[in-house]
Amino acid sequence: MSDQNTFLLDGEEIPFVPGQTIMQAAQAAGKYIPHLCWHPEFKPHGSCKLCTVKVNGRFGSSCTMEAATGQNVENRTQELDDKRRTLLQLLFVEGNHFCPSCEKSGNCLLQATAYDLGMMTPHFDHFYPDRPVDASHPDVMLDFNRCILCSLCVQASELADKKFVFVMGGRGMRGRKIIINSESGKLGDTDFAVGDRAASICPVGVILRKRVGFAVPYGERTYDKAPGSALEAAK
Amino acid sequence: MSEKTKLRVATTSLAGCFGCHMSFLDIDERLLDLLELVEFDRSPITDIKHCGPCDLGIIEGGVCNAENVHVLREFRKNCKILVAMGACAVNGGLPAQRNHLDLRDILEAVYETEGGLARGVHIPNDPELPLPLNKVHPIHEVVKVDYFLPGCPPPADAIWKFLTDLLAGRTPHLGHGLLHYD
Repeated sequence: MSDQNTFLLDGEEIPFVPGQTIMQAAQAAGKYIPHLCWHPEFKPHGSCKLCTVKVNGRFGSSCTMEAATGQNVENRTQELDDKRRTLLQLLFVEGNHFCPSCEKSGNCLLQATAYDLGMMTPHFDHFYPDRPVDASHPDVMLDFNRCILCSLCVQASELADKKFVFVMGGRGMRGRKIIINSESGKLGDTDFAVGDRAASICPVGVILRKRVGFAVPYGERTYDKAPGSALEAAK
Repeated sequence: MSEKTKLRVATTSLAGCFGCHMSFLDIDERLLDLLELVEFDRSPITDIKHCGPCDLGIIEGGVCNAENVHVLREFRKNCKILVAMGACAVNGGLPAQRNHLDLRDILEAVYETEGGLARGVHIPNDPELPLPLNKVHPIHEVVKVDYFLPGCPPPADAIWKFLTDLLAGRTPHLGHGLLHYD
């Protein structure tokens, strides 16, 4: 297989099929590139920048950049992980991420990624923004305090459910947000259902099924058993 | 008996619930090993009221009132190394969940308009009481903090790993299973 297409990821040869992104090829080879807004089922959004790698010395988002022969990709280097940790810290202070009282704790990709990158403190001054909670739907509640604007719910609702329940709107650091596509702006006035793909796509604790919170005890949750890096690479 | 000088350690809880201190006590018999290496200055264990010169200061809880600010500054002034222990010291924690509400509205709701209050109850205004701050802050927003030990509370094993790393002169490192924000 000497004519197989490959690139180097942290010095290791990774095969790829033309058209695959660096992220897809790495994932297929069981290699972990930290990410939050990327999901294998959907088109890359390229917004969280956590999957930033260095390709032949230049920064690029591995979820949007096509793999090519001759690429020398740096991934888990001290320099890149330091930058990723800073991005995580910015996300933590921009929202209200109070893990001890969050139902998603232990199953949260943001939290697990921060553990993997050894984030001991959010470091920056907190915004403590005033964000709404929407409990209008009978089976699902929304807590926007934890939203990281990954847009996976927008994509899942549009592409998988064909419902267009979530829309990204507003501008600027405080204005940008997920808007609910109903006249009242409430989830209860949409045709959103608990079985929708969008109901289980949220990587953080915004979209939560009602009446199942804290059912799984501490120690037995998804990322209690194995680090996010191991579980995400095995997907 | 070794003549080695013991490191002096002070601990306190600001806007915390003492849960982190309880978790600290959960290191159980390892406390005896710890006491071979350190002696306690101000701490709920000794009941010393003011912090003297120390090698290590451990702060539980965020900063929610004027007294917290004074205590925190006293610790920073006296401690060579200051550690934020637990979610509240690290990011404000549960008390900081009042931060998007107006302080007066909260006090009025709790002391004047809520049901079940005795007649003529008002917002407490005794000069002995420290004044609450408008917002609750993690301690690194008020003083420089050298190390952070997250968790609500940090598990006893995480506290033990953290302290033994620190006392051995290593940068504390908590791996999977010990590093928790909850």
